[in-house]
Amino acid sequence: MPKLTIDDIEVTVEPGTSIIQAAEQVGIEIPRFCYHDKLSVPANCRMCLVEVEKSPKPMASCALPCGDGMKVHTQSEKAKQARKNVMEMLLVNHPLDCPICDQGGECDLQDQAVAYGYDRSRYEEEKRAVTNKNLGPLVKTVMTRCIQCTRCVRFGEEIAGVEELGVIGRGEYLEIGTYVEQMVTSELSGNLIDVCPVGALTSKPYAFTARPWELRKTPGIDVLDAVGSNIRIDARGGEIMRILPRLHEDVNEEWISDKTRFAVDGLKSDRLDRCYVRRNGRLEPATWEEAFEAVKTEAKKRTFGAIVGDLADCESVVALKDLMESLGAKNLECRQDMAQIDPAHPAGYLFNTTIAGIEKADAILLVGTNPRTEAALVNARIRKTWLAKRIKVGVIGRKIDLNYPAQYLGAGPETLAELAEGKGAFAGVLANAKNPMIILGAGALRRADGYAVAALARKVAEKFNMVKDGWNGYNMLHTQASRVGALMLGFVAGDAASWQKVDALYLLGADEMPVENIKPDCFVVYQGHHGGKVAARADVILPGAAYTEKSGTYVNTEGRVQNGLQAVFPPGGAREDWQIIAGLAAVLGRKLPYETLPQVRARLAAVNPAFARVDEILPAKWTAFGKDGKCDAKPFGAAIENFYMTDAISRASKTMQACTDAFVKAEEEKAVAHG
Amino acid sequence: MSVAVKKDFQQPKDFKFSKENMVKVELHISKYPKGRQASAVMALLTIAQEQNGGWIPEAAMEEIARILDMPRIKVFEVATFYTMYNLSPKGKHHIQFCTTTPCWLAGSAEVVRACEKHLGIHLGETTPDGEFHLSDVECLGACVNAPVFQHNGDDFYEDLTPENVVKVLDDMKAGRAKPGSQTGRATSMGIKGATTLHDQAKKAGVKDAG
Repeated sequence: MPKLTIDDIEVTVEPGTSIIQAAEQVGIEIPRFCYHDKLSVPANCRMCLVEVEKSPKPMASCALPCGDGMKVHTQSEKAKQARKNVMEMLLVNHPLDCPICDQGGECDLQDQAVAYGYDRSRYEEEKRAVTNKNLGPLVKTVMTRCIQCTRCVRFGEEIAGVEELGVIGRGEYLEIGTYVEQMVTSELSGNLIDVCPVGALTSKPYAFTARPWELRKTPGIDVLDAVGSNIRIDARGGEIMRILPRLHEDVNEEWISDKTRFAVDGLKSDRLDRCYVRRNGRLEPATWEEAFEAVKTEAKKRTFGAIVGDLADCESVVALKDLMESLGAKNLECRQDMAQIDPAHPAGYLFNTTIAGIEKADAILLVGTNPRTEAALVNARIRKTWLAKRIKVGVIGRKIDLNYPAQYLGAGPETLAELAEGKGAFAGVLANAKNPMIILGAGALRRADGYAVAALARKVAEKFNMVKDGWNGYNMLHTQASRVGALMLGFVAGDAASWQKVDALYLLGADEMPVENIKPDCFVVYQGHHGGKVAARADVILPGAAYTEKSGTYVNTEGRVQNGLQAVFPPGGAREDWQIIAGLAAVLGRKLPYETLPQVRARLAAVNPAFARVDEILPAKWTAFGKDGKCDAKPFGAAIENFYMTDAISRASKTMQACTDAFVKAEEEKAVAHG
Repeated sequence: MSVAVKKDFQQPKDFKFSKENMVKVELHISKYPKGRQASAVMALLTIAQEQNGGWIPEAAMEEIARILDMPRIKVFEVATFYTMYNLSPKGKHHIQFCTTTPCWLAGSAEVVRACEKHLGIHLGETTPDGEFHLSDVECLGACVNAPVFQHNGDDFYEDLTPENVVKVLDDMKAGRAKPGSQTGRATSMGIKGATTLHDQAKKAGVKDAG
């Protein structure tokens, strides 16, 4: 353990720690551009120079491992002068366009130029200009601002797994570019904007809309997949301007997917902002009183069933459950995609290994899932693990394009059955692995024999000793933010299709349900935030709040309970969802026993104690889930066809439409052209 | 010298190494340990450039990326880093003038001007008949014989003057130009003959080489 002093503060660090990291441990900040916690260290910007005693020249602290007895000075004359010189050189070709630059106010170069640079320029010669690159509809480039830190190149290589960006040319002509004008095709490309320390890569949809100091920042939880990415919601007045990632090492590290980041403009269009009631076959605007009365009239005559959609918060789910049960409703359902998931066995529907736990795995079997589209950050973890240890990955299901090598094993349940008997190409790999994992996607369970498939997957897990002390390698990867929470609250009927028989339905944002299966004379109440084909079928529409407009509890695919805060108010007459249900309950004479958010959360914890343990993983007991039975030979389907459009918010987003046109359709055309 | 590749020419649709060149390609790949085959990228770029008449088309970079199992951008990075790789056609005769200080002191600016006048093109341009392309490069390391130019990345033409360079170009077009000194001196021998160490050699009784 090397012991050294940094600015006369003594610190002992793990061997191999760099000086910049050691300085961070004792609270000394060393300026940097190219160095990034999660990326490799190229040491090319030279901004982190420090003075090390007995060394003739200043040293780059990001690339220098701590040595025993080192005496480091970050504030000496020599260090300060070295940084000033570096800053002067960095600014030689950097344009003075901060007033029209979107990075202004949150720019590393701007901040560090003020803190560590000269207060005037001696440069009178001409500056160079670099042509902008087309990186697609998400990332805007102003390449003249680039300081060649190569963070974006390394992010592409190391995290996103798309080696499309590179350093081309040399010397004066060196620039960041793509191979002959090519777009960056990654579902994590938005993070390039965050890693870029200057204004070279900025957000295209957010361009010229706001300044960072105008924004109110609210910590939230993303609901557009089941990862539960921690996000920061930036709002100005009542308008969401952008979504940024928030650090959570165990979930999303400091990345978010492009859908999480850019679908936010979908919150501004197709919104339901007032009540509607169907009169003489037409949906007409109504007041809350009229809408509630219309529900009350029908509730006397009919028995309700209820379906919870993909984006619902746990508060509204528990409120709806309490209301429906008080009305005697039995057909409660959260599996609107009819995936056969058994709510009685948490081990069977959770991502037991945990997302951070993937890093301990040494063999992964993907069954009926494409983590790249279904949970981009889970995929990023798998890639990270592959990069570190070259783990083996096997795929059963569709042939998918992953950004790490994977062995294709087969399309359907037979391959899984073979493995369960210890046969097949991947059996040896799993048998020799210390920590093998299986990841089952919703695509594998969204079929009539889903329970049998789950049982088969469980047998594979048991056969290869995936569940043992300190390691549970059985994982279900969900794509819906509300799914695990609703399962934990028991919002399920025995049969996923039983709601089709009821004569009244309460749909809580159930935008993906098969609307054609609703009985023609069924009375439908739709509560949600976006209009769509399901809302159009409704007899009463109650306008709810989107995830940025309410403080909500969400449970991610690992079973991690997380709370997001309200960033803005819902538009127009829309209200927070659990309050709508509580209000309706009062009108129906079934007043719910809670009036405030803490009281609803107490109710959540009463229904399932896990809700009291925020941001904790409670290991699930291994039980015999699934049903033994014969499996259909039909190949496994995919849970998601188009990564960019999976829910009401992303479907309403113009940015996501542009991405679909640019990436998905272009891919399809290419596939057709190549036959 | 800018990386921005000019677009006023046709990129071939595909590129395949010839049979003879494929043997060379495999030889170069076999020099490196398994899994490190990407190290052969520079050799392969050179072979591709020779095969394609002095420049590397995009299709060739893609083919090299495929053969070496590396991202296309990595091949592109190498190809744009080194000035000896041309990414656009450079004519039948690619003339690379050294314009660095020693050549410049010896009159390279006048030599370049004479060529430009004779061919009717500027540095960085190709003659309409596709015969000549002029460009300037940094030091070629032949300062003793300054001014010099390099022909098709290979032969040096040395001891140039505004007069003799015109003749060299005409001879080149006719296919009879001779590389080396254009004033007739042997290799890099001193212009005034062997003078250095002359007396000392005599004194020591050693046979004088010059």
